[in-house]
Parts: sequence; structure tokens; C-alpha cells
Amino acid sequence: MIPSLPRAPWLRIATAGYLLAFLGFLFLPLVVVAVFAFNDAPYPAPPWHGFTLDWFLGNAQKGRTGLFADSEMLAGLGTSCIVALWVTVLSALLGTTNAFLLERARFRGKQTLSVLMLSPLVIPGVILGISILAFASRIADFADDIFGLDLDFLRPGLPLVVLGQCSYIVTIATLTISARLRRFDATLEEAALNLGASKAAVFRTILLPYLRPALLGSSAISFLMSFADFNTTLMLVGADPPLTVMMYARMREGATPVLNAVSLFLMAASAVLALTLLRRSAGREAAAAAAA
Amino acid sequence: MLDGAVQARWRMRLTLSLLLAPALLWLGALIILPHADLAVLSFRERVAPRHYVPSLAQYKTFFLEPLYWQVFVHTAVMSAIATLMTLLLAFPIAWIIAKLARGRAASLLFIVCLIPFWVSETVRTLGWMILLRESGVLPALLVKLHITDVPVELLYRNATVFVGLVYTSLLFMVVPLVSSLESLDNSLIEAAYDMGAGGFAALRTIVIPHAAPGITAGCIVVFMLTLGNYLTPTLLGGKNSQWFTEQIYAQFITRFNWEQGAAFGFLLLGLSTAMVVLGLRLSGQRFGDVMRRT
Repeated sequence: MIPSLPRAPWLRIATAGYLLAFLGFLFLPLVVVAVFAFNDAPYPAPPWHGFTLDWFLGNAQKGRTGLFADSEMLAGLGTSCIVALWVTVLSALLGTTNAFLLERARFRGKQTLSVLMLSPLVIPGVILGISILAFASRIADFADDIFGLDLDFLRPGLPLVVLGQCSYIVTIATLTISARLRRFDATLEEAALNLGASKAAVFRTILLPYLRPALLGSSAISFLMSFADFNTTLMLVGADPPLTVMMYARMREGATPVLNAVSLFLMAASAVLALTLLRRSAGREAAAAAAA
Repeated sequence: MLDGAVQARWRMRLTLSLLLAPALLWLGALIILPHADLAVLSFRERVAPRHYVPSLAQYKTFFLEPLYWQVFVHTAVMSAIATLMTLLLAFPIAWIIAKLARGRAASLLFIVCLIPFWVSETVRTLGWMILLRESGVLPALLVKLHITDVPVELLYRNATVFVGLVYTSLLFMVVPLVSSLESLDNSLIEAAYDMGAGGFAALRTIVIPHAAPGITAGCIVVFMLTLGNYLTPTLLGGKNSQWFTEQIYAQFITRFNWEQGAAFGFLLLGLSTAMVVLGLRLSGQRFGDVMRRT
């Protein structure tokens, strides 16, 4: 069971076999998505008809719409990026204020508030979506009835999608940032204050640089989660669907390998993001180890 | 001097309220009030255009219409089975990462296991559809290997939905399991062996009790996510997937019957909350600790 105990040969082989099968299970779907982005056939299905870049570069002249000519898909990609940027900025801001609130402030009801902050993680996304949809519509109807105001941003559309995604992504940002703030050595701050720094200066020169890795990490996670969100978005979406909702609609119809092309693009983008993040943290740890 | 103290206290109050405002705005406007509104919505009935009365009609419909509660039970049972399957599949991997692999190999393996979850569920589901549909990769392979004569449709079955759900949930099980197994002292297992315990006895008396918090955390999160999943059951299960979130979507978006949809939403939320509470009670843990683990 553990390396220090004798293990039967069959157990070693079974362990290795299980590991291989598991990795196959994990990567098989991603591999087929990537491979069939290059298949020279109108549907992402076997047999293999040869290599083509049509599903990326194809245009009307070739009779195939590739990813870079598919204006609808590109618009969806753009929409997703805009939504994800908003969600990232809002979650980073709220995550930071929440972290200070939980780690630094003292007030009655803090325990309740911290439990409440975690609750969005155990509410199914579909329900977050419908509750925000219903509540926003009620306010919009009310404003319309009483004041004759037309509050368009409270109707299904991108502002609601941003709010809906924020409702639970803020919790994740809060957890990441407050975990780092908790490990902060308060004597650094005291030293700076003793040396005459103002509170603002301490925040800018000591706390913010210290929190930077957590801010970057939580931003990357927020961006990816927003990009990948489906359940909440589906309930709040208006006329311009983000990429996941658009892909879902096309998957139901049985789409061309353009879907594979855009998926491959997404995989590459997240891989780049993940590797940069890992390298950053790895470099930092190595530097810390060398210093120690 | 007194002035300074008063000023300092006011400043503290100001800072506190500035920090509290965004948190309360977020929780109030996006979580608490919308759910309260959803509750109100679910307990009313439309008697005439723009005229509503309080009633239990929506919940009555749920219990009297067999289709609705059958789909609800189906979703709950399938989610429970999927959670168990995820646990059984993830446990050996978590064990390999936490106990058998060492140093760099362990962290590399851990990262490799996380990679598929950096891409969205849509992409992963697309992969399964290409693999499993009638014109897909696996049916073609089965024909080639002379296991079946004609390509068989592997989509739109309960088993397919399980594959998709387990696949999507693995990450949320592996991470808490690894962290709870890593903290288990190897010498405890050695001691058990020295005293004559077999592998199974050591697992039952040492490993599982120690890993219980991680197991609970993983199961709670996986059950909740599976119950609330919409994409995987509709795409891999097709029309007969009978997932409860589809009913909610149909009432809210297709039929525009928000009262009924709100009641369905509340029932699903109730089940998911009940499972969370039950899981915490059974393992004697606090909510905050569990959530920080995942």
C-alpha cells in the first residue's frame, strides 16, 4: 500500500495499469476533439479523410466556413472575453475587500457573514441563474410600473450574465485572496508604520505586492471560470450568446468541425494561461528555496 | 487627546463600513434577495392577468404530476450513484498521488490530472459526443474489431450520462482526497501491518477514518454539481435523460411559467442543501472547513 511496505508484483502491475487507463480516460475526449479539428470531412467523425486547415482558415470561396471566417463564432468568443474581463475585475475587487473584512476587521456577526459568503458554492448554478433572473425582472417591472423607467440592463443580457457569474466567482476570489492575507507577517506592516509610513503607503508598498500572486491567481481562475460557465449563463443570456451557450446550441444541431477548431483554440489558450501561472509560482518557490 | 480617540474610532467605523458595503451589496443583491424573491414566486398562483394569490398550487402540481417527481427522484438517484462512482474511481488515483509517487513525480501527476479541467465542460462533452455517437470513434472501432456488426449508438443511454458526469466531477473529488491523504502519517499504516492487519483492514480502520473529511467534502461538492448539471445530461442523455434542471429550464424559459419553475428550483435547492447538511452531520464537520478544503 505504501512504498515502505512490501507490495506483491501483481499489485504493482495493477496500479500502473490503473494509472494508464485513468490517464487515457482523462485525455481521450480532448485528443479526439483536437484531432478532428484537422479532418478533411464535413463532420467531426471517422474515418480519417486527410489533413486540412479548412476548419480554421476556410472561407466562402472554399465552400467551408473556418473558425476565422465564422463571424457568429468570433462574436461569441468576443462576448465571452468581455464578460470574463468584467467578472475578473469585479471578483478581484470584491475578493480583496472581502479578504480584509474577514481577516482584519472585527465586528458582530462576522461568523455568520463568512458562512454566508461560502453559500454560493453549494447553490446549483441553474438556481443562481433563475433567482437572479426573477429578481432582476421584478425590479425592472417595478421601475417600469411606478416610475416609467426602462431599466434595460435588468432584462436578460450581458450585464445580468456578468452579475450572475459574479454571484459565485466572488466567493472563489475571496477564498484565494484571504488565504494569502492570513499568512501575512503583520510585523512588516507594524515596522512600516513605526517608520512613519501612512496607511495608504503601507497598503501600496507592502500589502499589495504581497497579495500580488493571489490576485493574479484568482484573476486567472475567475477568467477561466467565467469563460467556462454554462448553467448560470444559460438562464440569463439575451440576444448575444457567449461562446459556451453558442457551442451548446450548435452541438445539439450537429455542427461542422469548426466547433473542434474553436475548442482547440480554447485548449491552447487555457494551456498557455495555466503554464504561465505554474511557471510563475514554481519560479517563486525555487527562489524561496534558494534563499533559504 | 479625547478628540484623537474619538476620531480614531470614527475612522475605524468608516473603514469597516467601506469594507462591509461591497460584501453586503453582493450577498444581498445577488444571493439573499433573489432567493427570497424566488421563494415568494413559488408560493403564489396566477388567478388572472397580473393578479396573484398566495397558494401551494405549484408544489401540489409537483407531487400530483407523476412525471415531475419521477424525474426528481431519477435525478437524485443518478446523482448519488455518480457521486459514489466518482469516489471509487478517484480514490486509487488520489492514493497514488499522495502516497506512492514521490516528489516531482507526484506533483507532476497531480497537475496532469488537473489539466482537462482547465477547458470548459462544453469542450469535454464535445469530445465524448465524437467518441460515442453512432458515427463516432468507438462504434467504428467496435465494428473494426468485429465485436458488433453495425455501429451502435452509444449516446442517449443512462450509462453514457454516468460517464460524462463522473468525468466532469473527477477534479472535485481528487483534490480534497489528495489533501486529506497527504496528511496521513505512513507509520500508522506500517504499525497496522506490524500488528497483523491486512490491506483491507488497514484501509477500513486507519485510512478511511482519517480521510473522512476529504471524502465528505468531495462527495458534497460532486453531488451538488451533478444534481445541478444541465449540459452533460442534455447532450449525452438526449431527450430521455430526464434531468430535473431541464424541467426548471423548460418552465422558466420555454413555457414562461415562472411560478412553477421557482417551485422546482426550490425543491432542487432543498435536496442539495439537505445533502450538504447530512454530509456535514455524518462526518461531524463544519461547513467553512469543508469548503476551504475544495
